[in-house]
Amino acid sequence: MEVAIVNYEAGNLRSVETALRRLGYEYRIATRPEEVLRADKVLFPGVGDARAVMEVLERSGVAAALRERHAAGDPILGICVGAQVVLERSEENSASCLGLVPGTARRLPGGEGLKVPHMGWNQVRYRADHWLFAGIPQDTSFYFVHSYYPDPADRSTVLAETEYGVRFASGLECDNLTAVQFHPEKSGEFGLRLLSNFLAH
Amino acid sequence: MLEKRIVVCLDVRDGKTTKGVKFKGNVDVGDPVEMARRYYEEGADELVFYDITASAERRGIMREVVERVAAEIFVPFCVGGGIASVEDMRAMLLAGAEKVSVNTQAVLNPEIIDQGAKAFGNQCVVLGVDALRDEAMPSGYRVVIHGGRTVTQRDLLDWVREAEQRGVGEVVLNSIDADGTRDGYELTCTRLVSENVSVPVVASGGAGVSRHLIEVLRDGRADAALIASMVHFGGYTIPQIKADLAAAGIPVRRRIGPDTG
Repeated sequence: MEVAIVNYEAGNLRSVETALRRLGYEYRIATRPEEVLRADKVLFPGVGDARAVMEVLERSGVAAALRERHAAGDPILGICVGAQVVLERSEENSASCLGLVPGTARRLPGGEGLKVPHMGWNQVRYRADHWLFAGIPQDTSFYFVHSYYPDPADRSTVLAETEYGVRFASGLECDNLTAVQFHPEKSGEFGLRLLSNFLAH
Repeated sequence: MLEKRIVVCLDVRDGKTTKGVKFKGNVDVGDPVEMARRYYEEGADELVFYDITASAERRGIMREVVERVAAEIFVPFCVGGGIASVEDMRAMLLAGAEKVSVNTQAVLNPEIIDQGAKAFGNQCVVLGVDALRDEAMPSGYRVVIHGGRTVTQRDLLDWVREAEQRGVGEVVLNSIDADGTRDGYELTCTRLVSENVSVPVVASGGAGVSRHLIEVLRDGRADAALIASMVHFGGYTIPQIKADLAAAGIPVRRRIGPDTG
């Protein structure tokens, strides 16, 4: 099986790579659309500014490749900013995004005692018996670092939720696309399990 | 609810972990990669490696340590010590670190914060700051650099606010007065900084018993507590510390893998 890790210059992919190596999967860093198109599974990780990410994806043709894979019902896992730019738009620099899932990425409200970025381990409540969370107890903590969160328009695409001033969608599912706002590659043994669930599904 | 993080700190000199008291008299305590793995397996929420190597070969040695750590531990870790340029930051991030920490170099050349934040994002750039109690300063604390050996004219709060404006995503606040004493964190100082910045604050320096962490996370308003001696040779394990914190009502991550159910 060939796994593509989408690279859009801004993100540090090392931790996703080492996680895949630990799990024993072959992978390829994909910077061109054809590499995204031929992979069996697509991992779409990320940090960085949504608008900058989208500019690179559109310019390289990778955005079109991701839309094509999604329309064909192929397996994609978005991570962090990868879970925001799958939406239609982001409040971060008013970015136009991939539009794979209806909705908007919004700025975390913060507030008394709630610092932004939301950085650290927080609990994730997922849709019961979902394959992505197989073997992971309900309300397990995962590692988050983000200032924006996915706000999908359609409740049926909410796969998991987390509380931080707002209760937000920390997981999304739309057809064969799944996406998580946290970093499974930095969330210890349960994070590795989630990645392994995606790759084995 | 966001949990309070327990951050384990390893000072690395010539590829070996050391621990000093008030920045002096360091003794070797072990192999950093082996120690990192043990703390990861015990449930450390994050790790920090400070390179205190003085030699010119420092960068190569540290890079190798970071690469080996990255291959084995799957929680975030930060690397600091001797980071003087965006290229130094890039080398550590590419070797597998999530964050880099700047301290002395940022005081001498604050632009490095702006440059790092622009190149890698705010979440990658951590401000390490060493504070010395000094009634003559407006906030009551003075910034010191070079591992505590050089005093500056900077006021602690003034500097931390500037660093936040410039783009640091987190502050690791180390009290020189408390460092290595195991008498407890500097609570007043920690609370002062935590209440005056909007980024997370990691309290550092002085942890000896679980009660110290409880105090700094609750009364000191810290988002995370950094420990070293307690687990390197203080007889504590991370599960034990977390059990004590949980008993005091502080939210911590205790379910860390399939065996802990």
